[in-house]
Amino acid sequence: MRDALGSVQSVLVLGGNSEIALAIVDRLVASRCKKVVLGVRSPASATTTLNRLRSAGVDADTIDFDALDPASHTKVIDAAAERMGDIDMVILAFGILDGHAEIDTDPVFAARVVQTNFGGAVSAGLASAVQLRKQGHGTILSITSVAGVRSRAENMIYASSKAGMDSFSQALGDALIGTGARCVVVRPGFVHTHMTEGMKPAPFATTPDKIADTVINGLQKNKEIIWAPSIMMPMFLTLRHLPRFLWRRVSAT
Amino acid sequence: MPSTPPEPAASRAVPSSVELFGWGRTAPSGADVRRPTSPIELQRALPTSFERGLIARGLGRSYGDAAQNAGGTVIETTDVTAFTIHESDPNSDTVLVTADAGASIDRLLHALVPQGLFVPVTPGTRYVTVGGAIAADIHGKNHHLKGSWCNHVVSLHLQLADGSVVEIGPDRDPELFWATAGGMGLTGVILDATFRCPRIGSSQLVVDTDRASDLDAVCELMRTGDHLYDYSVAWIDLMATGTNMGRSVLTRGRFASAEEAATKIGADPYKYSAGEIVSAPPFMPAGLLNKLSIRAFNELWFRKAPVERRDEIQSISTFFHPLDMVRGWNRIYGPAGFLQWQFVIPFDATRTLFTIVEEISQSGCTSFLAVLKSFGEGNAAPLSFPAGGWTLALDIPAGVPGLGPLLDRLDNLVVGVGGRIYLAKDSRVRPELLPQMYPRLDEWKAVRERVDPNRQIMSDLARRLGL
Repeated sequence: MRDALGSVQSVLVLGGNSEIALAIVDRLVASRCKKVVLGVRSPASATTTLNRLRSAGVDADTIDFDALDPASHTKVIDAAAERMGDIDMVILAFGILDGHAEIDTDPVFAARVVQTNFGGAVSAGLASAVQLRKQGHGTILSITSVAGVRSRAENMIYASSKAGMDSFSQALGDALIGTGARCVVVRPGFVHTHMTEGMKPAPFATTPDKIADTVINGLQKNKEIIWAPSIMMPMFLTLRHLPRFLWRRVSAT
Repeated sequence: MPSTPPEPAASRAVPSSVELFGWGRTAPSGADVRRPTSPIELQRALPTSFERGLIARGLGRSYGDAAQNAGGTVIETTDVTAFTIHESDPNSDTVLVTADAGASIDRLLHALVPQGLFVPVTPGTRYVTVGGAIAADIHGKNHHLKGSWCNHVVSLHLQLADGSVVEIGPDRDPELFWATAGGMGLTGVILDATFRCPRIGSSQLVVDTDRASDLDAVCELMRTGDHLYDYSVAWIDLMATGTNMGRSVLTRGRFASAEEAATKIGADPYKYSAGEIVSAPPFMPAGLLNKLSIRAFNELWFRKAPVERRDEIQSISTFFHPLDMVRGWNRIYGPAGFLQWQFVIPFDATRTLFTIVEEISQSGCTSFLAVLKSFGEGNAAPLSFPAGGWTLALDIPAGVPGLGPLLDRLDNLVVGVGGRIYLAKDSRVRPELLPQMYPRLDEWKAVRERVDPNRQIMSDLARRLGL
């Protein structure tokens, strides 16, 4: 169960190798969380994390999860519930970041990015919502991106896929009102991770640990949208409303 | 036998899934809520499917998740409110009252006080039900002399998970009775209870007020003088630091005789009125209650109290239920909600009380006035909270940064000296600490195993704490 300060006792991470998600899990584990299931494409990739969690006394496991296989998502959630009992929190943390210019000329890969980031979030989010409604409680923590607030020419595929995920997550949260379950949106700015290695950092670039601290704080305060770092909120609420000719200039730099 | 008819209440349609909060408005959950309107309906309200269990709920004054049952059934008893005041020998000190589980202390007082009677125990709010009073084994300002609510219960009807109804009491299946006392509703659904109500001389109290400049002073006043008063409690300013740390206003009193009360309320000594004066606004922006505003409030409140006042005549509402004058005051904490942390530690651990007060004061964590009281001995119930010692209760906004680790640290101090926290207030304690706080937990679990082996009576609190 979630407690009054936003701590949970069990968590399912879809995209179990996400550095941001794992930084959040570390903090949940330090508080009340005793059960963790990591949904990953290849279980071998999560061995180190699994061992680290287990040595900290956590009942941890992996489960096969492929964002591109929506038909399997309900089974994944059911298996996680079978393994842990109530799922107090589902973190939607999978995604592909296209930092490569060639994506513009590779429609097949671009579609795959959208199917993973947006399509996967929709099917996994809906499958999770079924379970959380049945439990009468639980949080879907949907990690989108500030990039989704306004897409740039440079990252149009990633950004628009995250925009879709963000929009869906907010509406899912609204649909869950009154059920005890909820969907919380996390919008990180630029984060230094393996995924962004070699990319030019955006202003206010931050780390998974700092993002996780902000998320934990937002959960305690019962926020529906968590901007991380919090400066992203006034910044992007301004940027979103810039006239396009100005946005083109600002976003290109 | 004078009997009050049940309040007319039409059967109300309740949507099948409702989100329920505790009083602290944190961590809600959805449940199938049923609201029976008669004792018969209440008995029939047990669901046929028990997949996620059921819990009874009264007026929802538990701060945390005690009266929630995520994904399961919640039976609200608040429309089942009839009660009977039994005939008695005019020379006896007490009168027996039998009340349905959903009867509130508020409703009882409106009938009892005009007849020269009071409830055996009242908490700081009248809006608790008889069922809730038993499930939490509530205490009040008279604990040092009279103990907690269940000390005054003669018998009760309990519906078990299998649908059967049993009558239990201190002399009738005492194991189950004492497991139900303070058992957070987890032994079954309490249907009604019979308890002893004391006679009073009037509806007014004779109150002495003392302002204490620090924690030492207030503890000394309580230690040396509490036995002279029927009721005693201190309000303590936990935001004051330095030499002011622990400054308090101690109010103690007893019921006035008819003659004493006459000076204030005239000829009818049992005149009783209790109402709500204002309502808290329905929406409060986050951050309105901050360090500055709360500190200012506490300062004002301390300054306005007299340094020492004797024999003031006060009404029941003013003395016992000041917060009830503001309807929905729990909304003032905004979207993050708030929690209450209440512990008791033995008298010989007074040093730890000082350490805890110092930690809270220095953490700068915003807290409205907190309540300090000295408890008498506890009772036979394994999960009953009160035990001989100091109890401190404080409200804290849930959004305060670093609050989790701070309270975890303070829990450890409490457990370290053999103390415990109050489950009716809890919304965040570490489940591992429970067996240390309640050493007879296994005894209680054995009774639960006996009456509900399949854990069909279930609440969010039970899930969270592994009860």
